[in-house]
Amino acid sequence: MSNEAPKNIQEGLERNIFALFLATALAVSIAGIVEIVPLFYLKSAVDYTEKTDKYGNAKNEKFPELVWERTFTKDADGKLVSDKSLYKQDKHGKWVLADWKAGDGVRPYTPLELAGRDLYMREGCYICHSQMIRPFRDERERYGHFSLATESMYDHPMQWGSKRTGPDLARLGGKYSDEWHVLHLLRPQNMVPESVMPAYPWLAENLVSKDFFGTDRDMKTRLSVMRTLGVPYTDEEIENADAAIEGYTEMDAMVAYLQVLGTMVKLDDSKVYRR
Amino acid sequence: MDTTVKPQYDNGVVKYLTVGAVVFLVLGTLMGTYAASELAWPALNFDIAEITFARLRVIHTNTVIFAFGGMTLMATAFYTVQRTNGVKLWSNGLAWWTAILFTIGLLGTVVSLSLGMTTAKEYHEQEWPLAIAIAVVWTMYTFNFVMTIASRNKDTHPSVYVSNWFFLGMMIAITYLYVVNGLAIPVSMFRSYSMFSGVQDAMIQWWWGHNAVGFFLTAGFLAIMYYFVPKQSQRPIYSYRLSVIHFWALMFGYVWLGAHHLQYTALPDWTGSLGAVISLAMIIPSWGGALNGMLTLSGAWDRLRTDYILRFLIISLAFYAMSTFEGPVMAAKTVNALSHYTDWTVGHVHSGALGWVAMVSIGAIYHMVMKLWKTEMYSMQLINFHFWLATIGTVFYIVAMWVSGIMQGLMWRAYDEYGTLAYTFAESVSAMHPYYAMRAFGGLLFFSGAVIMLYNVVMTIRMANAKATNSVEAHA
Repeated sequence: MSNEAPKNIQEGLERNIFALFLATALAVSIAGIVEIVPLFYLKSAVDYTEKTDKYGNAKNEKFPELVWERTFTKDADGKLVSDKSLYKQDKHGKWVLADWKAGDGVRPYTPLELAGRDLYMREGCYICHSQMIRPFRDERERYGHFSLATESMYDHPMQWGSKRTGPDLARLGGKYSDEWHVLHLLRPQNMVPESVMPAYPWLAENLVSKDFFGTDRDMKTRLSVMRTLGVPYTDEEIENADAAIEGYTEMDAMVAYLQVLGTMVKLDDSKVYRR
Repeated sequence: MDTTVKPQYDNGVVKYLTVGAVVFLVLGTLMGTYAASELAWPALNFDIAEITFARLRVIHTNTVIFAFGGMTLMATAFYTVQRTNGVKLWSNGLAWWTAILFTIGLLGTVVSLSLGMTTAKEYHEQEWPLAIAIAVVWTMYTFNFVMTIASRNKDTHPSVYVSNWFFLGMMIAITYLYVVNGLAIPVSMFRSYSMFSGVQDAMIQWWWGHNAVGFFLTAGFLAIMYYFVPKQSQRPIYSYRLSVIHFWALMFGYVWLGAHHLQYTALPDWTGSLGAVISLAMIIPSWGGALNGMLTLSGAWDRLRTDYILRFLIISLAFYAMSTFEGPVMAAKTVNALSHYTDWTVGHVHSGALGWVAMVSIGAIYHMVMKLWKTEMYSMQLINFHFWLATIGTVFYIVAMWVSGIMQGLMWRAYDEYGTLAYTFAESVSAMHPYYAMRAFGGLLFFSGAVIMLYNVVMTIRMANAKATNSVEAHA
């Protein structure tokens, strides 16, 4: 019986494992090509925000308030510089935001915020908190304007989350004071008695400049990897990244990250960003 | 297919993986039960970083899905591929290396996750050194499996049996999706940043995330169903034609579903809708598959009264049918608006994971233990006891999450007579307490069943070994 020719395609595949392998690989790959590839090309998928250079700077002609626009050039020494700077050292030696103000549009994170975001991921906050507000009346009143794709365009990886054991955090920034956040992270039940959130006392004890097993948290590497991935930092911003987190605790970094969430863009209620 | 000389199979590696799967079932359900208890009683976090809820939850998912599920898939694939093709493994040595490296990778995953080394991509939390190791192990596993089938005698075994198709599909899809979703640039030994960001990252993440369910936890375990249900009931599979439809519909269709995790988010509407529509269409092949398994028993239903292992296999198909109905319902946009972000999703996952995946695995493992050690089980009564603990535990879990999930969804969107939100978020949290306690209790029942299984398996192996020693002495 085995020497008969296969009656149909199915039988042919069943007799040749390598053909079955290829046919199956083809069947499973179609959905990804249809659903994922267009997201890299369709402008509507990212609110018409467009990258303007290979470093990741962006502009948005339709909704100019969404992104913080700046231009990168090479200076005489071949260093990558910009017309605006993200953060600087003030006269007291503190690292502060430079040419960007809250509401100026989506920008890369400062080194302290980025370190805080790493801790947010280390502690698994995304397991219980989403960062993605849906366009419903109740969510609007509870959390604010629905989230736009542009708002997480510099998030490698995104932290949209899938579960709200705790509330959404997409627009948490500025809702509570820094002191509230510190006390809440030290013992959530002191601030919200009903809370089931664990306490994170170690955040206040550890320096953010240290990483696993006492190694240094190399922010220079992290910012330059981010630039490779399309998050625009100037050379100077990368060089100062380690200095900019020096002396801060993990708690400081975490709070800096939580306080910037949702504050980058000031959305215009009269505009229809998405249908 | 009976030949006069029965081929000798490579059983050692299958034995190792089978026992490993049971051990990880016990550990994984223990972690899950403890994590569930932390939500009911937050003091159980004890301010210890390594066991805080979020880290333990990720350890739990990795232990049950990749450690218990993965070991079960390896054990059953290596077991069935030899028997359905009438040959030994293409390479027993490679299989052993696969099993050992996989164990090391899993232990590394547990330790690194407890320390907080994570990519923060759901169901793909292993950081890059471990992710690469696991991808390599998976490729070794696939290669050995395919080569074993290729080395069959084509005169006695012309066509590849259906269980092998499903194993093959699972291996291909998992490797492909895991690698794409894992693309990242390392920033240190313990941390990497995903290549993708924002909306593209979200879609790729759930394209993988849903198919960790669709292929790892469905196609792979359907392969188990297609071998062990006919074997245990000693009847041929109900319909060959249905198997063919089931297979191709699943391979082509399941991959589209990830988008239904992102309804109403910043993902373009058409993508989410496409995911929802195909989700609905998937009811047909899923139910076809479940019926194919169940109807295999037609004319022999009385055996459910006496065969406890068959009970596990059949109830798993009932749960499979239920959760593959529930899934498309939850993917529908109006339902998703309520159910997304709530415990309902967690309940749905567990009706699949406990009711379907764990039950079918448990049935297959009991079957394999008896065949591999050529013995009866130490205690059939304990299998029956395990069956009831697992079933009742699963039902407790699902019911608790249905109630809490729907309640959360309704409380979040409730308005009072003045047109303002009726409840604060904190009020919805405190309303969950009784259901979180009930879920932990359901988990405890399921975990207790797993402990009994481990005891039963260990005693069976000891009994078989003692018998083997005795008979050797008797011969001497």
